[in-house]
Amino acid sequence: MTAGVEKENRVSDQFEPRLIGFLCRWCSYNGADLAGTSRMKYPPNLVPIKTNCSGRVDPTHIFKAFAEGADGVLIAGCHPGDCHYINGNYRTAGRFPLMQKMLEQLGMEHGRVRLEWVSAAEGDKFARVVTEFTEEIRALGPLAWKTQTAAELSESGRAASDRVEEAVPA
Amino acid sequence: MSDKFKFAMYWAGSCGGCEIAVLEIKDKILEVDANYDVVFWPAAADFKYKDVEGYDDGFIDVCLFNGCIRNSENEYVANLLRKKSKVLVAFGACATMGGIPGLANEATAQELKDLVYRDNPSVDNPDGVYPQETWTVPEGELDLPHLYDTVKTLAQTVDVDYFMPGCPPEAHQIGTVLDVVTAALKGEVALPPKGAVIGVAPKTCCDECERVKEEKKIAGFRRIWEFVPDKEQCLLEQGIVCMGPATRAGCGSRCTKVGMACRGCYGAPEGVVDQGAKMLSTLASIVDAPTPEEIAEIAATLPDPVGTFYRFGLADSLLRRAKV
Repeated sequence: MTAGVEKENRVSDQFEPRLIGFLCRWCSYNGADLAGTSRMKYPPNLVPIKTNCSGRVDPTHIFKAFAEGADGVLIAGCHPGDCHYINGNYRTAGRFPLMQKMLEQLGMEHGRVRLEWVSAAEGDKFARVVTEFTEEIRALGPLAWKTQTAAELSESGRAASDRVEEAVPA
Repeated sequence: MSDKFKFAMYWAGSCGGCEIAVLEIKDKILEVDANYDVVFWPAAADFKYKDVEGYDDGFIDVCLFNGCIRNSENEYVANLLRKKSKVLVAFGACATMGGIPGLANEATAQELKDLVYRDNPSVDNPDGVYPQETWTVPEGELDLPHLYDTVKTLAQTVDVDYFMPGCPPEAHQIGTVLDVVTAALKGEVALPPKGAVIGVAPKTCCDECERVKEEKKIAGFRRIWEFVPDKEQCLLEQGIVCMGPATRAGCGSRCTKVGMACRGCYGAPEGVVDQGAKMLSTLASIVDAPTPEEIAEIAATLPDPVGTFYRFGLADSLLRRAKV
């Protein structure tokens, strides 16, 4: 899938968002499967990761995805009331607004992280969500979290060790 | 100079509390004096950077480095002390994970200067005078260190041997660590493995906290000025945001003993990558309401999640700083 995205990058100048999707194995991952087996068309930008429950998706996973280059992160789980583990998705629902607030405090645009309930029967919803999300993130542009924080860090680090070399005769 | 071991301590971006904490070991400081020569300690003894520059590489046996790296001077001295020290310890919350000054990573250096020298309501600065990095006077050019946009931890700057968190590290932990290091330098015991977090306990702050803990379910967040917290019950169960579940043990839970919520100064426990993310996860999971919408509504009432969950650890978190 990644190769496909890169190939598309070569043939057009259009920005192709890199999206990570954390999909619960009981509902949303099967919803994604249904979209595939039903031959529904949707953009190839989302890399799906199967998790046992949307409640297992720790904010650590999402922050790491952004820190390592994702432009957007989707969390999808069972509809409220349908959780295989009774209330895992209630926890997801509680974390989401706090996490969104935290990301906004750190200067990230509102729509970069998205929470959706997708059942195993909702292949069409999965395809629609991924299509919408891809277009929304395309409109927001690249996030490039790593490069925007790394440049200043490495530059100042080099300068200081050089100055020690100068001040301290070998 | 005598054949005692050589001891150095330095403050970079810090408040000076770590220096006080070292003196809080009380009469143990005499043991330190019996075993070590102080060869650099700006808060306690008159040495200059020139003196340190003149030492041989590895001359200093133990260097306790406190404070974060936020300007060119901090960074220069961090590099210098790394070169001159056999054992470099990131000492205190600021050196290990950015500490309170790490919250400056929510802004840029220019935004901070604008706030401090122009926008604060108490500022009277009609001519818009800002500090300059260089200034020419008849005697020559004066300069100040360059303030960076991003606060860094010591380990993000140089190679660090050991980490000792805490704001400040507790005196009994400092005493124990100094005993171990002294014994190791004398060849009596082995030093801990490089990169170890020292002066801490293995579990979380909750493990040391003596309050009564039952099922954690809260209907909303409360602050200690709004009500009188129960003296026995877990503070988190009373709706007070207590960082205990996402914080390393080692302090003896001094804050919760006196009714103050843990603020997280000992950093993430073993195995946790990002303290703030884990605390967010914990806190939102214990909000109790009948529908996901209501849970989300209650969770969203926490006013400042970055400042609360990353009070000491923003510079060392996965995202590290706000988007520039």
